[in-house]
Amino acid sequence: MKFLCVPCDEVMAFADRQVPGDGTLAAVFRCPSCDREMAMLTNPYETQLVSGLGIKIGGRTVPEQPMELLRTNLDGARPDAFVETEDLPVAATLAGDVPIAGRLIWRPDALDRLERVPSFVRGMVKRIYADWARERGVDEMTPEVMDRARTELGLEGM
Amino acid sequence: MRQIRTYNEVGASSSTIPEQVVAQGERLAARLKDIRWVVGIASGKGGVGKSALTANLAAALANDGLRVGALDSDLNGPSLGRMLGVAGARMVSGEHGIEPPATDGGVRVISMELFQEGDDAPLRWRGPESDGWVWRNVVETGTLRELISDVAWGELDVLLVDVAPGTDRIGRLLDLVPDPAAMILVTTPSEMARRVVARSVRLVREARVRRVGLVENMTSWECPDCGAHTDLYEPSGPDLSGHDGIDKWGEVPFDPRLARSTDAGTPFVLSHPEAPASLAIHEIAAQLLRKLEEA
Repeated sequence: MKFLCVPCDEVMAFADRQVPGDGTLAAVFRCPSCDREMAMLTNPYETQLVSGLGIKIGGRTVPEQPMELLRTNLDGARPDAFVETEDLPVAATLAGDVPIAGRLIWRPDALDRLERVPSFVRGMVKRIYADWARERGVDEMTPEVMDRARTELGLEGM
Repeated sequence: MRQIRTYNEVGASSSTIPEQVVAQGERLAARLKDIRWVVGIASGKGGVGKSALTANLAAALANDGLRVGALDSDLNGPSLGRMLGVAGARMVSGEHGIEPPATDGGVRVISMELFQEGDDAPLRWRGPESDGWVWRNVVETGTLRELISDVAWGELDVLLVDVAPGTDRIGRLLDLVPDPAAMILVTTPSEMARRVVARSVRLVREARVRRVGLVENMTSWECPDCGAHTDLYEPSGPDLSGHDGIDKWGEVPFDPRLARSTDAGTPFVLSHPEAPASLAIHEIAAQLLRKLEEA
């Protein structure tokens, strides 16, 4: 799928993606020559069709996670299906409030928020946040950091 | 009329959708590289014993020392997890994929049963409540792709894929694994089963699957008291073993203990290794290996 700015004869570049939470999606594309923007709006069927392909309009900001499609789309999932290898016990990450080299500290309020994510995908979402933090040298995860990550990564659907 | 450049004439877009699809294919190919032989076990017809044959073949091959994986591609009616005794097992989600649970005999198993809550859970996907036909097939094909590519199978000699009923499901597997090492088509001697399986034979022939073998299941019954053999069906319908040159790789006699044992999570070839049905399955496993080893 490509969008062509007809007056400029230029392929428009992806600029922004918004997921309002009602099953629809808005993807904004901008002409690199004239800066004109257009938004592609998809209805829930079209959004689900794209999502079902396991692709992200505008490109991926984080690598595709193992079983991402199944874990984000299956209804009636078994909450204890997965054991996450990097999913250390909460007590271990909070012990003494002293960061272990290279290890991310999850603040209790961040963990509370993570608890609201369905357990079937929680480990996957936690790893995405952790990778984002590690790449930026962030050693403490707070709800504010999660907000920044969500916006930057386009994780509105997670 | 103004001329607007076509998709192929303009430069790359920043959507990266083609690149994402290519990346999925590369991930699948990378995973398949560690698997020596992918073998589909299909029919087209339901109720002919594909899953029980898959479970018992997997156990027989592992018992012979091979590294075996078993994938239940029947998303709507999964049973392989229970038949191989791993239902309820938890999967380890690591950086390199999902570690599948393994049976005592070492068969690594993936089935939708492992992901769903409750034995009676119907397969449901999140999405728009009506008109699921618009997108459901796309999600299910993507899920099957993940069940192959996102599972840390490790190095395998054989990955057996239990294919759901319906010739379209054979096509779905061939979309993802276009060159399987072999396809076993399972039928019963009944006319209806043979007629449906004939369609599958044609499909796999047209797809140029390298090795296709026919297994006739539930052919006869042996009286436990007097030992007399009784054919369960009056053979009728198309002669599949002569159909398009397809080889018959074996027959499995009916034994009610096979269903009981396998349904309870113990493959019959392990619980009753000397039973005629077990010996027949071992012979099919040996025949499969002979065919796979052929150049």
